Parts: sequence; structure tokens; C-alpha cells
Amino acid sequence: MILTLAFRNLFHDRIRLAVTLIGILFSIVLVAVQLGLYLGASKMITSNIDHANADLWIAVYGAKSFEDGGMLLTSRERHQALATPGVKAVIPLIVRFAEWRKPEGGSTRVVLVGTDAEDGGLEPFDLVEGSWEDIKAPEAIAVDRTYFNELGIKGVGDTAQIANGRVRIRAVTDGVRSFTQSPYAYTTLNRARALFGDGDGTTFYLVQTVPGADVKQVQQDLVNRLEGAEVLTKEEFRDRSLKQWLFRTGAGVALIGGALLGILVGTVIVAQTLYSSTKDHLGEFTTLRALGSSSGYIYKVILAQAGISAIVGYILGISIALIILVLSHNTALPMVMTPALAFWLFTLTVGMCAISALSAIMKVTKIDPAVVFNK
Amino acid sequence: MIDQPQPVLEAIDIVKELGSGAGKVRAVKGASLALVPGELTLLMGPSGSGKTTLLSILGCILSSTSGILRVAGTETTNLDSEELADLRRKHMGFIFQSYNLFPTLTALENVRIALDVRGQKDFSASNRCEEVLRDVGLAHRLRSYPGNLSGGEQQRVAVARAIASSPSIVLADEPTAALDGENGHAVMALLARIAKEQKRSVLAVTHDPRTLSYADRVVRIEDGRIVGEERRPDGLDAPEIADLTKRRKANG
Repeated sequence: MILTLAFRNLFHDRIRLAVTLIGILFSIVLVAVQLGLYLGASKMITSNIDHANADLWIAVYGAKSFEDGGMLLTSRERHQALATPGVKAVIPLIVRFAEWRKPEGGSTRVVLVGTDAEDGGLEPFDLVEGSWEDIKAPEAIAVDRTYFNELGIKGVGDTAQIANGRVRIRAVTDGVRSFTQSPYAYTTLNRARALFGDGDGTTFYLVQTVPGADVKQVQQDLVNRLEGAEVLTKEEFRDRSLKQWLFRTGAGVALIGGALLGILVGTVIVAQTLYSSTKDHLGEFTTLRALGSSSGYIYKVILAQAGISAIVGYILGISIALIILVLSHNTALPMVMTPALAFWLFTLTVGMCAISALSAIMKVTKIDPAVVFNK
Repeated sequence: MIDQPQPVLEAIDIVKELGSGAGKVRAVKGASLALVPGELTLLMGPSGSGKTTLLSILGCILSSTSGILRVAGTETTNLDSEELADLRRKHMGFIFQSYNLFPTLTALENVRIALDVRGQKDFSASNRCEEVLRDVGLAHRLRSYPGNLSGGEQQRVAVARAIASSPSIVLADEPTAALDGENGHAVMALLARIAKEQKRSVLAVTHDPRTLSYADRVVRIEDGRIVGEERRPDGLDAPEIADLTKRRKANG
């Protein structure tokens, strides 16, 4: 009967129910979109780090992120690292912003990534046309199809100019987005060096340890040996990159702030409508109390109302969020939805509605059953 | 000598003060009353005489300022609101002047909820509710919402709700006030039958003279004091009850 009464109380006033559901829906969509974008941005920022096969990253002291590695390291650091116990391989990786001159005129900035896949450092991922073998060809480069328009190209075979040299599209990736909005362009290590006119300079060294090595110990040994360079674990470098782009730029704060605003607005709307519904049904709750119901029984009715609102609101909200997710797939900042986020959103919705029910519960705690005889 | 049944509800020297400071009013001034099974008692008095306040105290809904109230042998003086609710749940059924039905629930569900708050949630509880509604003549209205029922039918649903859990005490506040003559008589006959056939203590607060002929006992209250009590002679049914019983026997 608790569920029946809660259901009838809710559906008795359809307009108020609609307001409640719109409040929850708005909240869920806003939180889902904001957190989905946050996850999407995080994924973009860390995708290269996540795909790199490295236990440790060596970077110039103060390197801010994958894209912003700062000054170049030299082969001296590589030799020092290779001489460190527990180190199996030290793989160079170049990552630098570069000017991309479009074939039809105009220019834009790209993040040029120079890597040799056969070294087993940063291996190919999400290639949809061509292969890393193709990238070894003269002038070859790989870009993501999302940025074709921005790069002024139409596909494989098109040419452009980066820094000092001409490049030709030989491979295409799909879904490798850049949070900085400067597209990633992948080429071989030597071509990257040639384009920039660098000697043996390197942005990062990817360190692979021998099986069974204590990574923390190897990290400490490397720190002791290398002057002016930092040695970071994969997780530390991910965190640093995320901090740089999401929090130093304020983008992440804005996304999280939007999500918090969504939670706040949703809670207030649901609290207001539940309170008003409880107020309208106060006479019935008073009658229940006079009939001998415990306070707990009445609280359960209110919580059931909140729970039903949460479930219906969540289903509607997550459905709209999933539509937005699909629509955002080909945009510069695609939204991400994971089962964990969907579950977390459900927990959040139920929690938000439960908190919203508090004002209504506080109202019924003040019920004086004696008023039933004064009606 | 006939044994006097033990009272299921006993109020001794009940005093109730309402308001505070200069606005303090003594609504009940030392009222004593006992209810025994099988009796329909009317508590009659003019408006403002304190009858509804006394009913609220007897129903464990309002606490008295002083005096002793015992319900089924339990003294209520030091009980908190949850314990008083528990007493109401176990021993009392209520009928209200405005019926106080849940507009969003059907007649059957309105009765069902009274059992639900008592933790009776199984299938037999549902059967019991149907049985009680049939007993009050509403077998054809089980799935009707209060808005589609007449005043008399609504009050009969309220009566069914009050007796569904088989309480030993039924308290009614002006049960006929919102009803026309025919429905008022029907509800009073029902209350009298409940008292007689189901051996419950029924107390109805009223100032409706139409109800007098159904009573086994009439307690009069004026200005917060019990000023008189009339009892029908032992062995005699109220005329309408006698007539009803005769008709029920004739109908088999």
C-alpha cells in the first residue's frame, strides 16, 4: 500500500509530476553532459599516454603535459637511463606544436608526434586507413579524419607543409581527438626531427622496465642519475596532464561546476515539488497518523514518492543524455558515457531525491493528529 | 446477578487545558468515563462543550493535562507519540465527521490501508477488507473512488475502515453530521450493530438528536463537565436495533 499511495499521490497531480520529472530530467541531462564532457576531455588528454607502452616517462623538469613537454632532452639522458638497473628499454618520443600550412592556403597548429612504432613505445591506435608501415614512407604522416576540414585536406594522398617540410597523408585515425583543438599528426621519429631541424633532441623518453623490477625503485634511481629531468610514472604523468588542461585552464572547473549546478537545481526543484505535494496531502498523512500509523510508515510513503520520481526522472534523463552522446560523437569534444558513470548518475538521482524528501519529512514530523477532529 | 463487563477504556478525572497565558482555556474539567464491550455510547453536548476534545483524549490523539486514561489496561500517561500511535493501532478504530478518506484510493484500498499500517499486508487482509465492505453494504462499490460515492457510502467506507482491524474500541466524531436523514439512520444502525454483534465499545460524539434511539447509553457533557448519563434498561435493545434484528432474522 505504501507504493500504491505514493504512486497515486504523485500521479494525482499530473502537472506537478511533470514539473518534478522535468527538474530531475534537467538535472540528470546537465550532470550527464557535463561529466560526460569531463570524461571525454580526460580521455582526449590522456589517450596518447594511455596507449604508450611505458612504465616511466622521462621529461624535462617542469614538463606540463603530453603536448607541452618543454625543452628537449638529449641522448645523454637516454644513455644514463639505459645504464640504470631494472631498465629494459628507453624509447624516444617527440611531441611538439607545429605550424600546418594547408594546401589551399592558410595555416593552423598541430601537435606533431614523432614515434617509431617498431620500438614498442607509442604503438598505433585507432587507425582506420593505412598502417604504421605506410607512415614509414617518405613524407608520410597520419592525421585524424575529424580534423580533415580544419587541416584543409580530403583524405589519403593529400599534401600539406609542416614547419620545414612537405608531408603527405598516408594513414588516417578515427576518434583520436585533441583537447587543445590542435590536431595530432603522427609521423616517424626521424621525420619529426627533420621537420623541426633538431639533431637528436627528444621531448620524452619512454622507459620500459624489466619484468619483476620495482618501478618505484627504478624511478628513484633514474631521478638520482638524471639532472634537470623528471621521471614520472604513467599515473603521475596522466594526473599532471589532466591538471594542466582541466584545472589550470579552468575548463574542468567549468565542467564540474556545471555538473554541481545541475545537482543543485535538480535537488531544489524536486524538494520544492515534493514539499508542495506533501503539503497538499497533509490531511491524508494526518488521518494516517490518527489511524495509528507510525511516523516511519509516513516517511516511507514520502520516500517512495521520491524514489518513483527518481526512477522515472532517471530513465527520461539518461535517455536524453544518450541521444546527446550519439549526437556529440563527431564533434570536437565528444561526450563519454560509461556504465560506471550511468550507475553513479542513478545513485546521484536517488540520493538527490532522498535529500529532497527531507523537507517534506520535516513537514510531516510536525503533524498533529488531533486536527483530524477539527475538520 | 449479571457480571459487569470490564471496561476496555477508562478515563478518570480528565482535565485538559488549551492555550497558554491569558488565553488559557480549560476545555475539559475533570471528566470520567468508562467504555465496555457491546455498548454504543453517545457523548452529547452543545458546541464548545468539550466533547471533541474529550474524544481526542480518549482516542490517545491528544494528551490530557491531568487525569488517568487506561486503554485495554495500559495507562497512557507517560507514553510518547509513537507508543500512543501503537495503542491506537492495536485497540482503536476511528470514524470522522468528514470521512477523511483518501481521494486517490478506491473504497477497498481505503479500508486496506488501515490494515497495512497495522502490518497486515497478506492476501487474507485483502479478503478481510472485501468482507467488511460487503458487511456495510458496499459489495458493489469496492473499486469506486470516494469522489464517485455518496456521502452515506463514504461514511460506510469509513466505518468499514474503522472496524476492519477488529479494534475493541470504535470512536466516531459526529458520524451523521454530514449525512441526510436516511443515511444518518443507516450509519447509526450500523454502529449499533457493530457494538451489539461484534461486542465492541462504540463511542460517538454527536449533537444530532436522530442518533438517540440507537444508543445504549447517553453521556451528556456541558462546559467540559459530564453532567448526566442515561442508560437504557438492561435487556432492552434500542427500538431501531430491535427492529433491525427482527428484519435480519426475517430475511434469514
